[in-house]
This record gives sequence, structure tokens and C-alpha cells, in this order.
Amino acid sequence: MARRPIEPLLWLLFSAGGMLAALLIPILLVLFGLAFPLGWLSPPSHAHLVAVLGHPVVRVGLFLLCTLSLFHWAHRFRYTLYDGLQIKHLNELINPLCYGGAIVGSVAAGYLLWRIP
Amino acid sequence: MNQPPPYRAFHPRWYRPRMSTWWWLKRRSHVAFILRELSSIFVAWFVIFFLLLVAAVSRGEIAYWEFLSWAARPGTLLLNLVSLSFIVFHAVTWFNLTPQALVVRLRGRRVPGPLIAASNYAAWVLLSALVAWLVLGG
Amino acid sequence: MADHITLQLARYRPEAEVEPSFQEYEVPCREDWVVLDGLNYVKDQLDGTLSYRWSCRMGICGSCGMTVNGEPKLTCATFLADYAPGPVRVEPLRNFPVIRDLVVELGDFMRKLTVVKPWIVRQVEQPLSEGEYRQTPAQMDQYHQFSMCINCMLCYAACPVYGLDPHFIGPAAIALAQRYNLDSRDHGAAERDDILAQHEGIWSCTFVGDCTRVCPQNVDPAGAIQRYKVKAATEWLKGFFLPRGA
Repeated sequence: MARRPIEPLLWLLFSAGGMLAALLIPILLVLFGLAFPLGWLSPPSHAHLVAVLGHPVVRVGLFLLCTLSLFHWAHRFRYTLYDGLQIKHLNELINPLCYGGAIVGSVAAGYLLWRIP
Repeated sequence: MNQPPPYRAFHPRWYRPRMSTWWWLKRRSHVAFILRELSSIFVAWFVIFFLLLVAAVSRGEIAYWEFLSWAARPGTLLLNLVSLSFIVFHAVTWFNLTPQALVVRLRGRRVPGPLIAASNYAAWVLLSALVAWLVLGG
Repeated sequence: MADHITLQLARYRPEAEVEPSFQEYEVPCREDWVVLDGLNYVKDQLDGTLSYRWSCRMGICGSCGMTVNGEPKLTCATFLADYAPGPVRVEPLRNFPVIRDLVVELGDFMRKLTVVKPWIVRQVEQPLSEGEYRQTPAQMDQYHQFSMCINCMLCYAACPVYGLDPHFIGPAAIALAQRYNLDSRDHGAAERDDILAQHEGIWSCTFVGDCTRVCPQNVDPAGAIQRYKVKAATEWLKGFFLPRGA
């Protein structure tokens, strides 16, 4: 084949992202988005959170979660724009915005996770 | 395959209605489908929210508590509540659809779909428990 | 049970009008009557100008697909009594151009079926002296579900992606390709990949799932498409990590 197709890779990232997002985001959102701010559960101490988040395995895991979730969003949102707003003809604008956004977000995630003390 | 369908552009006889932008409002299954697809926006929001948390933790103890106060504001709470609903909807539809995409054969017999879905839900519960245990100070 | 029911039938006479309109007919509502029986009653007794397709009247030929109260259905398998007291709105199958009344243009669908090479492709033909190709029941079970398609096009009528973009190859065509790809006698998967791996092939599908919901034969075209995506993705990974060994 002259040019390796990219769609299978994009779908693979979308799938992996969808699975990770489904498995991990609900509990994280319940804890950090509702339970801790509202005081239903006492939030972990800063020191403990630094220790957990700073652990290399956790850093890698969170990086995978953030990156793949962003690519999941990019792929799904691109098709929602095609089918929902019927602007498939603008694909040369939509594709870079979506996947480019995911790449930018992934780089930001990598940097922020690396910077945990 | 890139040739267009054999419909001539201005055929005087065939009736070809255009699909409205609101095509998805006309059937319940399509409304559910579009809501499921829109859940991806809230997945992206979670990544942003979580990275803000990570940044705050890195800045120091005061920044961490300020982040939690900001998360407790009504606007942020509402956004996160809506996000949680959409993401749970995404998770449930995702786990229920996995058996259609992954056909597993053991010793020649097809593993029943509900079993595959159930294993997804089991993984969900186990992983959530693990994460909660890690975060809460296990 | 009421003994009559109102049918609202879409009429479109291209020689006389630019848009379809609806015409109402009262037909008997017998317990065992289907919508097709109602249409035949209209044609025989009330209005001979009505145009529609039908053939076997028992759910195997795939000719009588129409939109009944907004849902794609085989009119020979849809009971009138289920819609009592009515009215029952019958329109032509969605997402296809309407030629006249309830008759749609099938050309695009028929062409797409041939494009996926729906025949056994062999690298080497077995000589006659070796006899027939043998297949165990387990091997047939792999593709049997996808061989049950009756080409009724209800899945295309239900698919919003096909409605939005007629270039999309569509559920039945992909299920048909899978029927051959999963057949142990076939060696043509690579040839079909070239067609299906294009953007208007499997990748346009967003797994709405309505095609499987409306299929009268439980072919599960949505499942066929997702399985094809998984296979294409694993092939891509193999090609990436084992470029020569794959």
C-alpha cells in the first residue's frame, strides 16, 4: 500500500480513550468534582495527594487517561460535527482543530504531570 | 468507490428531500445517539478540570485548597454534575455496546453478549474501588 | 375491534406535482391482515393508480419495505391490528429517491452490493478432481448470521449517516462483505479491505445502531461493521509493529 491509512489508528485511539474514560472518569469526577468540594468525604491531605499523583505508575496512568480521553473527544466530536451540523465539507478545518486540540492537550497533560513535585 | 451515486443532479422526476439539521430530534433512538456523542465534550472538560487540579497540587497546599473551593462554587458544581451524568451515560452505552463489537469464541462456542458486558461492569466497579482506595489514603 | 382502519398513503405523481401529498383510504381491518393486505385492497377496490412494490408477502423477498408511522418496516410483516384505531401513515422508504407514490429508486444500493465482491474469492481454485469445498458446522456458524440478509434496505432507511451522505457504502453491503470475509472458503479479505477501508466505507459509521434494530432477519449489520473496525485496527497494528512479518 502506498500510503498507510490513518483512520484505523484514529479509531483505535478513540476506542481506547472511550474505554478508559468510561472506567476511570466517573469515580474521579465523583471524588474531585462533588464529594471533596461538598465535604461528603474529607479530602485527602495535600501531602498524600502529592505522594499518590507523583508516583511514576500513577503519572503514566494519568497521562494515558488524559491523552486517550482527548483523542476520544477529538474523533467523536469530529463526526458529531459532520453528522449533526452537516459541515463535512469543512473537514480540512475540523480535522486539524480536533486532533490538533487533542495533541496540544496531551502535551499540556504531559508537562503538568511531569511537574508534580 | 469515490464515484458519486448514480443520481443526476437535476433529475426532474425523482423526489429527494433534504435532511434537516434537526433530523435527530425526530426519533428517540437518534436523540439518545446524539446525546451519547455529545458526552465526548464533557470527557474533554474532565481532562481540563483534572489538569487544573494537578497544576494546583503542584503549586502548593494553599493552591490545592483554593482549587477545592473553586470546585465547590455553584457554577462549577453544576457543570461537574451535568458532566457526571453525561459520562455515566457514555459508560453505560459503551459497556452495553461492547459485545456487538467484540465477538469472543471459546472452544468453538460464542461467549454470550451479556457476559462480556457484565465483565466490563465488573472492571468498572473494581477500578473505581481501587482509585477511591488510592485517593482516600489507602 | 373496529372493522375498518384509515390508511394515509403518500402519493407522488411526478407528471403532475413537485412534492408528495397524502391521500386517505378506509380499508377493512381484519385480525390477520398486514399493511400490504391494506395496500392491495386499496389497489384492487379503491384506487388502481397506487404504485408500490411487493412480491412474496411472507418476509423473504425484501421487496415491500416502506416507512410505516415513521418506522422502516416490511409491510407484509406489519399487522394492521397493531395500529388500531389508526390512522396508519405509509410513506416510501427513507433516504432513497422517490420515483412514484411508494416506489423508490434502488440503483445506488444495488451497485454498492456488487462493489464489495460478494462471491468466493480464491487464491488458487481447487481442481474438480478434489471434489467440493468442505466446511464444518462451526465454520459455517462464523458467517451464517450475515448470510441471512434479504436485501430489503430497511437498514439503509434507518441509517442517518446514509441519509446525510449517500456516498456511505452502508450496513447491508458491509455485512455482505463480512459474510464472505468470515467464510472459510474465501481468500478475498484483502481485496475487500481496499474498498471498505476508505473513508466512505466502514469509517463513516458512527455506530448509531438503528440498522440492527430494524433488521427483520437479525443480521446485526452494526455488529458486522464494528467487528470490521476492530479487525482493521488490529491489522493496522500488526502492519505497524511487524511490517514484514505480518
